Amino acid sequence: MSQALLTVIGEDRPGIVAAVTQALYTAGCSIGDASMMRLGGYFAIMQVLSYPQDLGAVEMALDAAVKRLNLRVHLDPLSSVAADGGAAPDTRVTVFGADRPGIVASVTAALASIGFNIVDLESERSGSPEHPIYIMVIQGRAPAGIAAVQEVLAPLRERESIDIGVHPLETVVL
Amino acid sequence: MAVLPILTYPDPLLQRPAVAVANFDAELRAFVDDLIETMRAGPGGVGIAAPQVGRLQRIVVVDVRAKLGDDCHGLMVLVNPDLIAWEGVAVGREGCMSVPDFTGNVIRAEQIRVQAQDIHGEDRVYECAGFEARAVQHEMDHLDGLLFLDRLVSRKTDLFRRKVYKR
Ligand SMILES: [Zn+2]
Repeated sequence: MSQALLTVIGEDRPGIVAAVTQALYTAGCSIGDASMMRLGGYFAIMQVLSYPQDLGAVEMALDAAVKRLNLRVHLDPLSSVAADGGAAPDTRVTVFGADRPGIVASVTAALASIGFNIVDLESERSGSPEHPIYIMVIQGRAPAGIAAVQEVLAPLRERESIDIGVHPLETVVL
Repeated sequence: MAVLPILTYPDPLLQRPAVAVANFDAELRAFVDDLIETMRAGPGGVGIAAPQVGRLQRIVVVDVRAKLGDDCHGLMVLVNPDLIAWEGVAVGREGCMSVPDFTGNVIRAEQIRVQAQDIHGEDRVYECAGFEARAVQHEMDHLDGLLFLDRLVSRKTDLFRRKVYKR
């Protein structure tokens, strides 16, 4: 079996996940790690899949669902090296404040400067239309340690007037 | 003393409720010694429940000194434990020796009071908080055939829950 990363995007409506996964199952694919979510009225699917023959056959299997639900599909073959899950996150950064341009860019630039590796990032605009707030949660690995994360983000609190929390992400095996 | 093999999901024994311990005899003490040794040999080394080694009895061992030092109860052997009070909730990432290579976020009570019998059958009451409380709750779930997989929450769920409730 070879592996590929499948991306599917379509206007949100019930039945997208069912149609896509049923087509993949019928084509003999198996689903690995997946992340699926509603974003701005659209529904996005990202998943690793293992397929038996060639990617063309996968695309063909998806064709009926793609046409019926007006989906956009993208398939990227994965090398076995890239398919590795990587290590678990050890740090969580929470950011919130009045919504204004550049928050994500400045926070992530600071994190990148100390080699922080983002494993996942979720954010949402919230609050009232007159006073929108922005909330973001980043989980990742901090090779330079949690103190370095705190230090590099500290100046942003004032400069961007946002609240930033840096928390160790301990995993307990019980 | 022996390190016992640990059952892993989907072994059906992990999802069966355990029965109360009635006999506090030498056999029980020998088993608990093995259970403690098995816990210490494991990857986490801070907690274990009897059903994880295939014995469907209500026995839990927790010792979080490796994590918290002396700021905890040390070695706790909880026989027939009962959660009698709890307060507050916290999200934390858990893994389980019986579910290798997977970790996920789980909501647990922050402070708990547990009534249990010790290895000799004497009644004891423990108050636990934070990490120790999380470990006790995780292990007590095993006695009811529950895995932390039954309690997973998504990051989005706990972060944005209030907003959803408002609607
Ligand atoms: Zn467990």
